[in-house]
Amino acid sequence: MDLAFALEIVLKTAAVMAAFLSLPLLVGQTEHKVMAHMQGRLGPMEAGFHGIGQLVADGIKFVQKEDITPAGADRHVFRLAPAVALVPYLVALAVIPLSASWVAADVPASLLFVLAVTSVGVIGTLMAGWGSGNKYSLIGGLRAGAQLVSYELPIVLAAASVAMAAGTLSLTGIVGAWSPWWLLWQLPGAFVFLTAAVAELQRTPFDAPIADAEIVFGPLTEYSGLRFAFFLLSEYAGIVVMSLLFAVLYLGGWGGPWSDTLGPVWTLLKGLAVAVLIIWLRVAWPRVREDQLQRFAWTVLLPLALGQLALTGAGVVIWG
Amino acid sequence: MPCRSSVPWTASIVRLPDMGDYAVVLAVVLAGVLLVVAGYGARRLLAPSDPTTAKQTTYESGVDPIGEGWMQGSVRYLVFAFLYVVFAVDAVYLFPWALVLRTELGPASLVEMAIFIGVLVIGLGHAWRRGLLRWW
Repeated sequence: MDLAFALEIVLKTAAVMAAFLSLPLLVGQTEHKVMAHMQGRLGPMEAGFHGIGQLVADGIKFVQKEDITPAGADRHVFRLAPAVALVPYLVALAVIPLSASWVAADVPASLLFVLAVTSVGVIGTLMAGWGSGNKYSLIGGLRAGAQLVSYELPIVLAAASVAMAAGTLSLTGIVGAWSPWWLLWQLPGAFVFLTAAVAELQRTPFDAPIADAEIVFGPLTEYSGLRFAFFLLSEYAGIVVMSLLFAVLYLGGWGGPWSDTLGPVWTLLKGLAVAVLIIWLRVAWPRVREDQLQRFAWTVLLPLALGQLALTGAGVVIWG
Repeated sequence: MPCRSSVPWTASIVRLPDMGDYAVVLAVVLAGVLLVVAGYGARRLLAPSDPTTAKQTTYESGVDPIGEGWMQGSVRYLVFAFLYVVFAVDAVYLFPWALVLRTELGPASLVEMAIFIGVLVIGLGHAWRRGLLRWW
């Protein structure tokens, strides 16, 4: 019994790690190919069939490259930053359910847990910005911090609205309470959530913290080799976490034909569709300016999220 | 105490159904630390290390760096940080409220929450009207 319990922990951890090391690569490869074809290119074609092994080759290259710590950097902060950026997304992945039974850690308030853990990642970016001892990095790091502060609020309010509609803070419970009407009822909240998620991931059009035309590469300017690769991996792991979270909160998770057996497939397919949408945004839209980015959060997203909250509260009280 | 030592340490976890999931979370955190350590270890074995003065210079678009990296500057996002603290405290109250909305407290709590958030919205509107929600 106790051995079985220990074995269960080990197997679940291994499954989370396997998902963490494969799904971001899948999203990354999808980004290579989707972006390429949207821009009339082929994308990577050399490593394996249609460049399927490109990201593995990139990883092997990164681990063999020299990691330079600048002489002016705060060494320990600089070296720890990639780990602080990476690990939170792994932990977040552990509590996101693929189906009612396919969840590594079904903690009671998993919605709150995911939101709390994913915001830790930005501390890694802030540490990178501060620790690099570089003016570009410092500006980029502060932009990243300011961006998280502004966009965390709409995302939390939108998530609270879903929790109200479902009457639970458990992600599996939320999918259990979901009905197709939510697509309409929670639509403003879904828009707020997706927009704020893209901003938290610092993806185009909200990538002012790493705006290459203004501040080189922001907090990542001084990074090279494996530490840089860890930051890249954390970005794609972030897309995976946010896409799956959106699928679970707003798209009914594992609901679909034969959901008893195909449940996890539906969650992954819905998540992949959201990930493609996030990639599409990068191809379609230019970067917004830093002041526009801040104003958008406070004058558009926040009132919209509060309106959704009122709509949800009234809906729950009136229709039960 | 021989009778206690015959019980494995994991037995105390098994008895609490909720804690099993947190044990998985803890194991995943440890696995993440292990991943980073293994990655840095592999890098140490595989990657060259040949630091030179030029390589370790702070990058400032190719010219020699001027002064320190930690410069003084105008933090323009300060007001947003204050507003965030106000609304983040509000969000703390939202989640417990989300769970009692379907009980007999529902309609009364809805009105109370509307007043509470209404006050915050008036504050936000005031900050907006006074021009704090712009680049300044």
